[in-house]
Amino acid sequence: MNRDSNSYTIIYASVMVVLVAVVLAFTSQSLRSYQKTNEDNDKRQQILRSINVQATPGEAETKYNELIRDAYLVNEKGEKTEGDAFEADAAKSFAEHKYPVFIANINGQEKYIMAMQGSGLWGPLWGYIALDDDKNTVFGADFSHAGETPGLGAEISATDFSGKFSGKKIFREGEFKSIAIVKPGKSAIGQDYVDGISGGTITSQGVDRMIFDSLSAYVSFLTSKNQ
Amino acid sequence: MGLLSGKNKEVLVGPLSKNNPVIVQMLGICSALAVTSKLEPSIVMGLSVTAVVAFANVIISLLRNTIPNRIRIIVQLVVCAALVTIISEVLKAFAYDVNKQLSVFVGLIITNCILMGRLEAFALGNSPWESFLDGIGNGLGYGIILVIVGFFRELLGSGTLLGLQVIPQAFYDFGYADNGLMILPPMALIVVAVIIWVHRSRNKDLQEN
Repeated sequence: MNRDSNSYTIIYASVMVVLVAVVLAFTSQSLRSYQKTNEDNDKRQQILRSINVQATPGEAETKYNELIRDAYLVNEKGEKTEGDAFEADAAKSFAEHKYPVFIANINGQEKYIMAMQGSGLWGPLWGYIALDDDKNTVFGADFSHAGETPGLGAEISATDFSGKFSGKKIFREGEFKSIAIVKPGKSAIGQDYVDGISGGTITSQGVDRMIFDSLSAYVSFLTSKNQ
Repeated sequence: MGLLSGKNKEVLVGPLSKNNPVIVQMLGICSALAVTSKLEPSIVMGLSVTAVVAFANVIISLLRNTIPNRIRIIVQLVVCAALVTIISEVLKAFAYDVNKQLSVFVGLIITNCILMGRLEAFALGNSPWESFLDGIGNGLGYGIILVIVGFFRELLGSGTLLGLQVIPQAFYDFGYADNGLMILPPMALIVVAVIIWVHRSRNKDLQEN
């Protein structure tokens, strides 16, 4: 058979593409359930880290079910809406004005965990921030990123950084102020602040914007039951 | 002709030293910089590339008499891309944390020059078994360099190996500090350069004038 003829080339290419597509589709389908479990456990670990609980992937589900009492979506007016908070993809649900809230119970105290999403230097950032039952004081926080620079921006996911948030307040005299990320050594006027990452300026600014933007959406929810 | 005759042995062992893809042929440097800040991703990356090169080599070698000459590069790319996608899916299912660390670099195995280089230069002209050995040899040759670089960068940069603390706390108490520069990409180049230096001073015939 003439290997250089047009028809041979076209048929060869078509058969190859179809075969490869079948193989890839089969792989993807058969591994999907394992991947979903991993992704879910990863998300549970992130939520648990925001209430200062470290869990291995294996124990994440048990601990999550034990500590998280309730999860729902709220709209921008702070009312509960339809939908599954855990399954909701933060970026998508924020676009639909639905904001996930997780209620944790730690030593009899309620903690309100809220999702955050924004962008850093190279890609998306997301995270969870937990507030005490005064809905003002930060109990804990956790940040994740898709591809920030290792050793610099990527340090936001380390507990060294997220640990600095506990005890900070997001409201001052009843007004939403967020928490500023500042250059180490600098300070912010009129609001609580946390030192950013040296060498990770753009990522730090991204976190600053993410906290402000994301928590702004929750302001009605946080203030509605306060008074 | 045995399975590991003289020529086949050379095909397998050559890339580990005299014909190393990274430090002699200067291929695959980009990913060697990117993933070697820790030892574990270096090992996983080395193994992933080995698996992809070996199987891509075998597949292309099996197809070598049927591939239309005009679209051979496309065929090679499709085979690589499919294998890399499968590896990436498998990592996501069974080594999720490592996959998160390697993030985009798994996908970028497709663009690793070693891959296309071996397919074009070796698999298209040799039998499947030889191609398989060639793939394993080149993958391991690449992996070895990654592991060496990852070892030094993690040890000196974080004081750990595979995430375990190996530099005793007493050192830190005496004022020893981890070298943060080791974590940054430029140090990978410098470590690779040092390896090349050592390698060439031991193999004088590789030295250029």
